[in-house]
Amino acid sequence: MTVAKNLDESENVDAVLLDAVNLALHYEMARDESVVVLGEDIGSNGGVFRATAGLKDKFGFKRVMDTPLAEALISGMAIGMASQGLKPVAEIQFMGFIFPAFEHLFCHAGRMRNRTRGRMTCPMVLRAPFGGGIHAPEHHSESTEALIAHIPGIRVVIPSSPARAYGLLLSAIRDPDPVVFLEPKRIYRGAQQLIQNNGQALPLDKCFTLREGKDISLISWGASISETLQAADVLAQKNISAEVIDVATIKPLDMRTILSSVATTGRCVIVHEAARSFSVGSEISAQVSEKCFLNLLAPVQRVTGFDTHMPYFKNENYYLPSAQDIVASALKTFKES
Amino acid sequence: MKRAEHLVTNLGHQSLVQFHLDYIQFLGEQSQWVSERPGFASDDWLLKSYEYMVLNRVFDQKAIALQRTGQLGTFPSSLGQEAFGVAIGMALQKDDVFVPYYRDQGAHFLRGHKMEDLLLYWGGDERGSAAGPKQDFPVCVPIATQITHAAGAAAALKIKGQQQVAMVTIGDGGTSKGDFFESLNVAGVWQLPLIVLVNNNQYAISVPREMQCGAGTLAQKAIGAGVHGVQVDGNDVMAIYQAILEARQRADDHKGATLIEVMTYRLADHTTADDASRYRSSQEVKEAWLKEPIKRLQSLLFDLKLWDSEKEKTLQAQCTDKVDNAVKNYLNTEPQSPQSMFDYLYSEWPENMNEQLDILGDKVERMDNHH
Repeated sequence: MTVAKNLDESENVDAVLLDAVNLALHYEMARDESVVVLGEDIGSNGGVFRATAGLKDKFGFKRVMDTPLAEALISGMAIGMASQGLKPVAEIQFMGFIFPAFEHLFCHAGRMRNRTRGRMTCPMVLRAPFGGGIHAPEHHSESTEALIAHIPGIRVVIPSSPARAYGLLLSAIRDPDPVVFLEPKRIYRGAQQLIQNNGQALPLDKCFTLREGKDISLISWGASISETLQAADVLAQKNISAEVIDVATIKPLDMRTILSSVATTGRCVIVHEAARSFSVGSEISAQVSEKCFLNLLAPVQRVTGFDTHMPYFKNENYYLPSAQDIVASALKTFKES
Repeated sequence: MKRAEHLVTNLGHQSLVQFHLDYIQFLGEQSQWVSERPGFASDDWLLKSYEYMVLNRVFDQKAIALQRTGQLGTFPSSLGQEAFGVAIGMALQKDDVFVPYYRDQGAHFLRGHKMEDLLLYWGGDERGSAAGPKQDFPVCVPIATQITHAAGAAAALKIKGQQQVAMVTIGDGGTSKGDFFESLNVAGVWQLPLIVLVNNNQYAISVPREMQCGAGTLAQKAIGAGVHGVQVDGNDVMAIYQAILEARQRADDHKGATLIEVMTYRLADHTTADDASRYRSSQEVKEAWLKEPIKRLQSLLFDLKLWDSEKEKTLQAQCTDKVDNAVKNYLNTEPQSPQSMFDYLYSEWPENMNEQLDILGDKVERMDNHH
């Protein structure tokens, strides 16, 4: 972890996604003293992945709080803090342990503004590492973003690169509404990117078009963006020009960008790690068929995890979407047209 | 089989730690002083408490009547627990954070909530929670969840260096939930300025207190969490108030949180949707009526020559007027538009909701034409 040490020395930092999270937390805590951080092992230990390293030394135990081991409490306390003018950024250590927080997300955080007609709001962020691919124990690899996206009043944000992690986390903290910020841990220490540590936030309501193309739209988010971009390279070798869209903000969903892409290309492949049915991919596919039906040259394809339990890690590569899977599904849309 | 002698002795044991709990009561069941009259309980204080408890009961009766005639939704009566809400309302300071559950009408009145707003809330209109002190939480229905919010609010007060407390209410059933223990536990570790008031009204819907928890008192749950615990007579408004005063002092002295178990009895059904005669005897309820808090305080006021039947008549009439007026305002409130369900979803209108708003618009038109 180099970032925490070098923060004051350089405005531009080479950072992996994990560094970018750390960098954004440092930046925003320095800029806004109402920002506080809480969670299990996030203080003295700097987080089990080191995402909060250096914060306690810099900002003190009153703003960087190691909590007891209780996820319902962490989420509930974040609501209590947010209601009193703080901007809590709470960490759930792994998304597999987020379930005790669901009652607070659904029954309180998401509806506080609505049920008090705007009197009380809930500007909190709940961060959690998620997804498979790091050979973690049972319960440490699931992708359950669709469960959270189903909750009214919550934003769900998933970065797929260091720069987007930095900019999106800043906007998540600044947003006046509750945001669940899911960090794809498989790419926590992936490719480095030069981050301008200037506090520039990215929009929370927009998909990012990572690569323009005219023949097919590949829609994904999180760690699967890597395989999706690889697949686009393979398709390019076959003279197929693929547009790659990083959804980034799962909710509210920017269908405008997705629909305008699919309307142009006529083909759509949706890629995600999460289970196939009742998923964010299901929603995108439904809206594409509702609103883009006559532009489609082939049925929408989905490359996803299965409606099984996430297998233990010896089999996880059979569960996770690969670049080959994406290419195969993309080619299918050309056969069927 | 005969048990081996060595298994049932306490070989090797030493006394490790011992605990005790206090019980607070000033006014006995016959309205006799069992402890010296506390300094805060001036004539004015006693009269004000009494007047709000009576207002609470008049409101309660009216709310139930409205529900029975189809003019209000399900309503949780606070009959017999008026001292609980009123003592809290009397003890709350302006900048404290109040985190209620759903049976705190007396506290709400003293907190400045309008009765018509409470009726709006239980009458199915979100605007019922729109007013009130900015920092106070709205009524909380999911059991015990509010206590984690209160812990967070107390932590915020501490972080910001504010000399105030967060006060939260919960029922006896709520003490069985994880959120209750998780919150007390963190309050112990972080020495939070938190006051937890358990309205132990002996029933969680139908489940009696002794089937809720094997411990002799609920107050002793404080001990396992490292916070102070005390039990008080919930039919004695002064006992509840005294416990809160001490708890506030403890918080001000940075000595952390207090759990106050308030012993009450739910004289009514759980809510208007319940029928308590299915699970408890009328004899039990009859006996509980002998201990109820309003009669107990009224007898004291008579003894102190602060009250007479003329004053009682006037107060009843005043309370009825206030409640009737609130009911009129409630019933005359223009309904929100159906589209208001889309309001306040986020701080900014999400563009992708336009489509669903249009769908609702069409539905509204169809329904209105149909009528």
